[in-house]
Amino acid sequence: MNAHCQDADQSHLLLEQVQAALTNAAPVQITAGNSKHFFGRPASGIPLDTRGHCGIVSYDPSELVITARAGTPLAEIESALAAAGQILPFEPPDFSGTATIGGTVAAGLSGPRRPWAGSVRDYVLGCRVITGQGKHLRFGGQVIKNVAGYDVSRLMSGSLGCLGLITEVSLKVLPKPRTILTLRLDIGRLEALRVFPEWGRQPLPITAAAHDENTVLLRLEGGEGSVRDARQKLGGQETSSDFWAALRDHRLPFFADPRPLWRLSVSSHRSPLNLPGASIVDWGGAQIWLKSSAPADEIRQLARTAGGHASCFTPGIDDSPLMPLPAALLRIHQQVKAQLDPRGIFNPGRMYADI
Amino acid sequence: MNILYDERIDGKLNHVDQAELLASLRGALPDLEILHSEEDRKPYECDGLSAYRTMPLLVALPEKLDQVAEILRICRRLGVPVVARGAGTGLSGGALPLEQGLLLVMARFNRIIEINPEGRFARVQPGVRNLAISQAAEPFGLYYAPDPSSQIACSIGGNVAENAGGVHCLKYGLTVHNLLKVDILTIDGERITLGSDALDAPGFDLLALFTGSEGLLGIVTEVTVKLLPKPQVARVLMASFDDVEKAGKAVADIISAGIIPGGLEMMDKLAIQAAEDFIHAGYPVDAEAILLCELDGVENDVREDIERVRNVLAIAGANDVQLARDEAERVKFWAGRKNAFPAVGRMSPDYYCMDGTIPRKQLPVVLKGTAELAEQYGLRVANVFHAGDGNMHPLILFDANQPGEFERAEALGGEILELCVAVGGTITGEHGVGREKINQMCVQFNSDELTYFHAIKAAFDPHGLLNPGKNVPTLHRCAEFGAMHVHHGNLPFPELERF
Repeated sequence: MNAHCQDADQSHLLLEQVQAALTNAAPVQITAGNSKHFFGRPASGIPLDTRGHCGIVSYDPSELVITARAGTPLAEIESALAAAGQILPFEPPDFSGTATIGGTVAAGLSGPRRPWAGSVRDYVLGCRVITGQGKHLRFGGQVIKNVAGYDVSRLMSGSLGCLGLITEVSLKVLPKPRTILTLRLDIGRLEALRVFPEWGRQPLPITAAAHDENTVLLRLEGGEGSVRDARQKLGGQETSSDFWAALRDHRLPFFADPRPLWRLSVSSHRSPLNLPGASIVDWGGAQIWLKSSAPADEIRQLARTAGGHASCFTPGIDDSPLMPLPAALLRIHQQVKAQLDPRGIFNPGRMYADI
Repeated sequence: MNILYDERIDGKLNHVDQAELLASLRGALPDLEILHSEEDRKPYECDGLSAYRTMPLLVALPEKLDQVAEILRICRRLGVPVVARGAGTGLSGGALPLEQGLLLVMARFNRIIEINPEGRFARVQPGVRNLAISQAAEPFGLYYAPDPSSQIACSIGGNVAENAGGVHCLKYGLTVHNLLKVDILTIDGERITLGSDALDAPGFDLLALFTGSEGLLGIVTEVTVKLLPKPQVARVLMASFDDVEKAGKAVADIISAGIIPGGLEMMDKLAIQAAEDFIHAGYPVDAEAILLCELDGVENDVREDIERVRNVLAIAGANDVQLARDEAERVKFWAGRKNAFPAVGRMSPDYYCMDGTIPRKQLPVVLKGTAELAEQYGLRVANVFHAGDGNMHPLILFDANQPGEFERAEALGGEILELCVAVGGTITGEHGVGREKINQMCVQFNSDELTYFHAIKAAFDPHGLLNPGKNVPTLHRCAEFGAMHVHHGNLPFPELERF
């Protein structure tokens, strides 16, 4: 556990390691807190640990922007923001309490607030990257609007380290809502999937909507007045808002089920799916956590019929835990990889076998 | 240094005979409308950046996607550059034609395919106008959030290509934040879907990469946008200040108080006077600056926030704060701001609009620097500022009929953008690089970064046929620009810390 890091710019050391990898044609696997080791395919290569390169580089609450080195613990960033009454709106998971901001951006996973507030990449404003040419470059910046050149920072988000080594990121942040309240409503799954889109069209301050195996959980955030009004309108019982962090970090009892864990990202206005296992619905219907031993192809086909895709969060179950890409799209991925990491040194095979 | 395409420094282009290309297109696509006479091509020689004009080799006006794919395959085979164009409202010359290139006009793809109120999305063809989406969604209480000033005319395909913004970006984001899925055709005429009907898609985030790529990576053929529920209420406060710096500080104070306004706009004295003369919005013409602060959302929250903002403004030293009494007055307050460009246009035969973005706290430095530069060049500058998101639109007033004045305006604009970069900002917040800011890209990015951009381009379009010369300059151009730019061995603004 490294709740606090020694503020240190070690980018020169990281650059040396990447340059050595290029010289020796010896790929690296990028690691830090290792909190998402189960995500994607198993990596190979010489471990390259970013945790020494850490610290908040700049943070001015009135600018709504924080810039931090890749190895900075997520917890440290969140506590710096909390001290100024601000948050990372995309609510990233911190599965083991060791996640870093670099890994958070590279993995691209977002929490329960995502459908309302946006995803990791929506908040990425800029980054510094060590590239497959062995250069340390800067893209984007610290301003909210910036359309100069291609959006490399957002391309890096969710790329699982397969395109380069992120060394620093700038993120937009937002004020913490003044009032937060969680409701539990006695509503079945089918009815929940009917009312979620209906609520979505109303001016209600909803910022999280889930269905566990029996009931709806709803988070309301905003000013005192709007939260109070919505609470009266929706009914239900108040419950602890800790539920959302437990869902986000897979700490609910549901996740102890020994069957493989799948994530289905689907269109939220679909007809209900006949899921082969136990499930929790998050993101107002757009994200499903499924515990199932059904064949991978069956689960992927289900997700496809619902306009989305499925990824396996339990390692060792399927050789392509991320949904395989259509041929034309895969070709573009291969060309992007070949252009940006021509020697294939960054996390080879982590996303797809040949990426 | 001229920004028109120069093969010597921007790269060789294939020279194909107009008659040969015309014959190939007509042979393969007998139904395709093609403009080839000088008279017919003339209206297409520029986009919204009308100071720069180039006559395209041919203009194609396809109506079916099969035609677009075939056009691309033919151009790919013959090595003809392709410049895509939507409504032609862009302000950076992103759709400026090439003499050796085909202009591919996508405006006839103007059908709204689906408005889905349950899924809160709209699926549209690329030529659909931005505002038409919100109008079609209105019966369901929904709208499409990004609202560039040209929203009445600009098309969604162009919005995707430019990552268009508007006045509500701080709260609602740019185009990239409001897309679910974009279908594109590659230069090989192959159809690819970026994004999905879900909130994310497997693989690299090519949807984000494609958004704002200015027609260099592919041609947009269909767009699925998110729709949002219309805010229950929107109220606007207008505050006047006797000092621009106080207004700038008030902006930071509002945000530090935990409030994210739907819109937060600043205008300086010259812009206020121009707008008031034109629109009679009720602006205080003796003020040095005004702030327009729109609060939107659920009624109770808006009411609470109005009181909070009022307090913040009073403490920040506003001389006067008015809350628009009703919807009519709210619209009137905004009308002055939304018409600021044409209003300034009435004060001067010509004006040139810049688009730099800066960290908000640098506003006083940049305003002061801009005023000094304006004086040095002997030109007037009116300032309109998306204060919430740091995006500035200095309007340089000039008269193109006065010899040398356009060149002075162009040079002043370039220096203002370089000042934005020097304080940690960017040369373009929402208008795009296009051809207009191609030289300033050399200031914002070093040659390794530019090389990286060219590598991205090569992954999609290895022969460089899609919109060549836009968005990313060649290293050759930057070398020449740099050589003439560093005067007496000094960087511009040596007193400023470099970011």
